[in-house]
Amino acid sequence: MSPREDATRERLHDALRERHEEIADRWVRLQLEQTDAVDLDEGQLRTEAGQLLAALTDGLSGETPVRHLFASHRDLRACVMELSLHRARAGASPTDTSLAVLCLKEALLEAMQYTTRDTAELFAAAVLINRLLDTAGALSFETYVEGREEIIRRQSRQLLEVSTPVVRLWRHVLAVPLIGTLDTARTQVVMESVLQAIQEHEAQVAIIDITGVPAVDTAVAQHLMHTVNAVRLMGADCVISGIRPPIAQTIAQLGIDLSTILTKATLADALAAAVRITDEPMPGADAHLTAAAR
Amino acid sequence: MNAPRPSAVPILRLGDVLVTGLLNELDDTSALTFTDELTERIVADGARGVLIDVSRLDLIDSFVARTLTELATMARLLGARVIVAGMRPAVAITLVELGLQLKGVETALNAEQGMHALGWQQTARSPRGDAYDALR
Repeated sequence: MSPREDATRERLHDALRERHEEIADRWVRLQLEQTDAVDLDEGQLRTEAGQLLAALTDGLSGETPVRHLFASHRDLRACVMELSLHRARAGASPTDTSLAVLCLKEALLEAMQYTTRDTAELFAAAVLINRLLDTAGALSFETYVEGREEIIRRQSRQLLEVSTPVVRLWRHVLAVPLIGTLDTARTQVVMESVLQAIQEHEAQVAIIDITGVPAVDTAVAQHLMHTVNAVRLMGADCVISGIRPPIAQTIAQLGIDLSTILTKATLADALAAAVRITDEPMPGADAHLTAAAR
Repeated sequence: MNAPRPSAVPILRLGDVLVTGLLNELDDTSALTFTDELTERIVADGARGVLIDVSRLDLIDSFVARTLTELATMARLLGARVIVAGMRPAVAITLVELGLQLKGVETALNAEQGMHALGWQQTARSPRGDAYDALR
């Protein structure tokens, strides 16, 4: 670090200490002017500004180069991340979020104006502040995106849970109505919840209803076979229902072998079959003997 | 001929059904000992059915899966039915993902249903001991 930069940094530090209130106030007002779309709570903004400026003052008194200050100073980083996450959750746009951080530049520059009249010094201060806050802007943007992605992840997880209910249809009979496209992740969830429910309810038959599945390809068929095999390993039986004519055609055309699985056209048929299986007093003519055994 | 060393798991005889279970610590040698002992017992006791409870297993690897499949085949050759009972959901998923489907092995949800499938009937009256103990 050059001595000149050191001096500028020192001056910025002093300005921050002396005009702490003023800078915070200016920054909050700038933010309020800029983001008219989202209703930001002014009190919240003031708390954020106070915390961030305190952390910044602390950071500037240290030795860390300004370029890395926001990324490496723990409190400062936490402040920026919290601020960005808060805005991401409140539904602010990414532009608003990073601009909110970047208008601290303006507030700081204005504060620096009072400390000196020398243009060269002011220029040095501007460069320093720019360097300092550019990383803050980038960090804020990154956090914003992460926050949004987390929301998306949470929603897709919720969707996954919502989309796979396991219902008890009859004594010892469970049904899983599947709606929407089946992919590996979803089949995994379906398989887990079916097996769990079988264990809980001591079910003997699980009906997988695919009426709501728009298309069946080899991958989906593979997943279904896996589920059926796992159910059989648990000692229960599996019926697949709701195979619509176009799906039956696809399955036949693709040459997928579902012959080892009991399939029915409608859920009603499947339920009838399931009740018949469970009504049998489980004699030697075992319902759940894997086909290959005999 | 030296008698095989008894395996760690007990094999109980209930009528013409042998009841046993597998524990987590099943290594190659103990699996072989178990197979030996079980087949011997099927012949000695004239067993018609074998119930193997696997509810204590957290994991079934390919070796144990093969042992189970082989046991089923052996028992069938000796005239007994093998039922594997109480497999946990996670274990079932792992097996299916490994492509081990235990072909030819019958399964049951729990030991009770397994015994039922082997022709054991639950009696309606409670064992005499209950009432007797309660009165004491």
